Amino acid sequence: MSKALPANLEQIEVNLKKLTNQRTRSSLLGIAILILVFFSGTLVSLEANAGSFSRGIANFFNYPRDLFIDTFEMGWKYWPRVVKYIPELITTLNIALFSTSIGFVLAVIFAIFSSRNLIRNKRVIQFTKFLMDVTRSFPTLIIAMVFLYLMGKSSLPAVIAITIHTAGALGKLFTEAIENCDGKPIEGLSSVGATWTQKIRFSVLPQVLPLFLSYGILRLEINVRESTILGFVGAGGIGEMLAALIQWNYGADVLACMFLLVGTIIALDYLSAYWRHNLIGVNQ
Amino acid sequence: MSSSLAIERDNIRKLFPDTFIQARKSRIKGQIIFFLILIYLIIGFFTLDVVDIPKKWKPQNAAMFVLDTYAHKDHVTMKWENPDDIKIAFEGNYRSVYGRDNLDKSIPEWFYKNSDNIGNVIEFNNQGKAILYKDRVEIVNFPKYERDFTIKLNTNGKPYVVGSEDLAKDDLKGFRITENRVEFRPTLHERVQVYPKKVEIHRYSIGWKYFWFDFSSPLEPYSFFEALGLTFSKERVVPEMSNLKLFLTEIKDNEAFMHGRVWWAMLETIVMAVLGTMFATVMALPLSFLAAYNVTPIKALRFTLRRLFDTLRGIDFLIWSLIFLRAFGPGPFTGIFAIGFTDTGTLGKLYSEAIENTEKKQQEGVQSTGASKFLQHRFGIIPQILPIFVSQSLYYLESNTRGAVIIGAMGAGGIGLQFLGALGTGNDFENVAYMAILVLAVVIFMDRLSAWLRRILIGTDQLIVR
Repeated sequence: MSKALPANLEQIEVNLKKLTNQRTRSSLLGIAILILVFFSGTLVSLEANAGSFSRGIANFFNYPRDLFIDTFEMGWKYWPRVVKYIPELITTLNIALFSTSIGFVLAVIFAIFSSRNLIRNKRVIQFTKFLMDVTRSFPTLIIAMVFLYLMGKSSLPAVIAITIHTAGALGKLFTEAIENCDGKPIEGLSSVGATWTQKIRFSVLPQVLPLFLSYGILRLEINVRESTILGFVGAGGIGEMLAALIQWNYGADVLACMFLLVGTIIALDYLSAYWRHNLIGVNQ
Repeated sequence: MSSSLAIERDNIRKLFPDTFIQARKSRIKGQIIFFLILIYLIIGFFTLDVVDIPKKWKPQNAAMFVLDTYAHKDHVTMKWENPDDIKIAFEGNYRSVYGRDNLDKSIPEWFYKNSDNIGNVIEFNNQGKAILYKDRVEIVNFPKYERDFTIKLNTNGKPYVVGSEDLAKDDLKGFRITENRVEFRPTLHERVQVYPKKVEIHRYSIGWKYFWFDFSSPLEPYSFFEALGLTFSKERVVPEMSNLKLFLTEIKDNEAFMHGRVWWAMLETIVMAVLGTMFATVMALPLSFLAAYNVTPIKALRFTLRRLFDTLRGIDFLIWSLIFLRAFGPGPFTGIFAIGFTDTGTLGKLYSEAIENTEKKQQEGVQSTGASKFLQHRFGIIPQILPIFVSQSLYYLESNTRGAVIIGAMGAGGIGLQFLGALGTGNDFENVAYMAILVLAVVIFMDRLSAWLRRILIGTDQLIVR
């Protein structure tokens, strides 16, 4: 068959085969690495885990079942319990909302000072980017635990930790947004002699504000989860309550808290999708 | 000039009345929203006790914490009833006492006999000296102090500064005198405390001492590179094992920094993140095909799967890890499954949206050759979405590394739990700093790794959404 083909086609065929082989080889290599990672990871886990894997699988449904049985036995008396924990939930939401707002403002400042199209000084950009990298990379939990140790139990450490992390995480996204925005309005304003602040106010901000708000809402959703988790190490709110209830083994109350949390998170998920859709017209 | 401009402006206003009214409306709306946010911030300010920050912020605590993260201290203790027995211990640890075995060799050089051959001198890093006598403590030669001080016990057995009645308050700065204690702390790095029963002196130096080899290690006299050089020499430091083995075990079993345990914990955390993300990817891949309308015609199945994704995602990994903690006990499996279950929901949703957004034409092209449904998806859809899949999974790998630290701290083990433990002891802040830096390094490393993998696999290091 190949003999009938002209010479250049033969060459193409050879190249194609070479490429296909190369692709297969790199895919196989990738798969081999993945399998290696999987097995070594499993070995590490098997050695490090306290309980055995098979017993864990067998016990998986025990805890949820106990919770549901506890709840079922309470009957109609259950619902007041759910309502009882709403104030705790509001504390958690308050922490998240407040620190997201402050973090948002800080992130805007970070982003302005790290965008190549707004700042000419490379040192300033590098410094701000480094600052954002550091604040973003620390898990909130670590910051919160250190501040909890220093300041004692209250919601403040959670607020500080989430604010710091939010400033870094949003700052990075905001920087990308500003750097990708249209340069023509900025030029236009420069041509009429606008100052630096005026340029930002009237050319950059109108372009990026919807995107900023959209990212901010997404971050709010993440921060509600974060502030719940920080409650677990003593920052107050529904997380702390849940940790205590688990320790006391109040199955029905644990489930009540979980219901509240899951309900809130799912509601926020839909709400944020809806808001962001309104803001920028896409779901992402 | 200005009047003609005004006329022009009025003309434009008349021509496009809707535009200007609209603009004013949206401006007012913006202002109202701005004020609402401002009001909320004020409310939040008070409900979250932000005003209390100055009250709760104890600068002394914070300074001690920061000091201990970068410095170490040696304790010198002398009991009044037995002034000859002076104990010098690293960090006050009873297991790290200098000169316990052979006195002459390992007593630090900043502790020596005074020129009068009676007192014992502790020389601080700023050349200030505390001299211990049988009946008094002399504080001499401190920079920025014009006079020397003597602390003695009075007839009731309480400590006092000799001649302090005659001194002005300004001369006694750095002293804190209470009934049962005289403390002299000119800067954070020197501290002399005199009690009715004993004298305790803390001498701080900068750096992490014993970072590589701990106090009782046979390799302690050597620096890291000297010890590394020793591994190539034939002469054994300890007869039982080779130098290389000694070098590795001494680092691993370091009592102060616990490298072996910390690194193992870090590995556990990374394993949680990597295997959790793998688990989620493998689960989400087939499910997302079943949840996409251009692949699965059955509406009920799609609907069920979509709600399943929402539920998995909505039950946050916090709650998942609580459930798995009960089943598997503390360990990486808890983390793997908690991350895996949550991210099956997240990735499933993102993947199925990506599948629904693919170009139809490629699939139709494959279909036109008479390929089966399976082959259509294999060659029509997968090549289009593979970059998105890879990009999303790698992105989540990065954020799951942070998540794994958190799950660890809630009881699943790993570096999170170690960190919590070190913080809880209340004095191992150099370990706290060490672990924090380690976590930071690993998170940044994973971040770079995932960006690098994205770049070589799909040509861009940005997160592809669609």
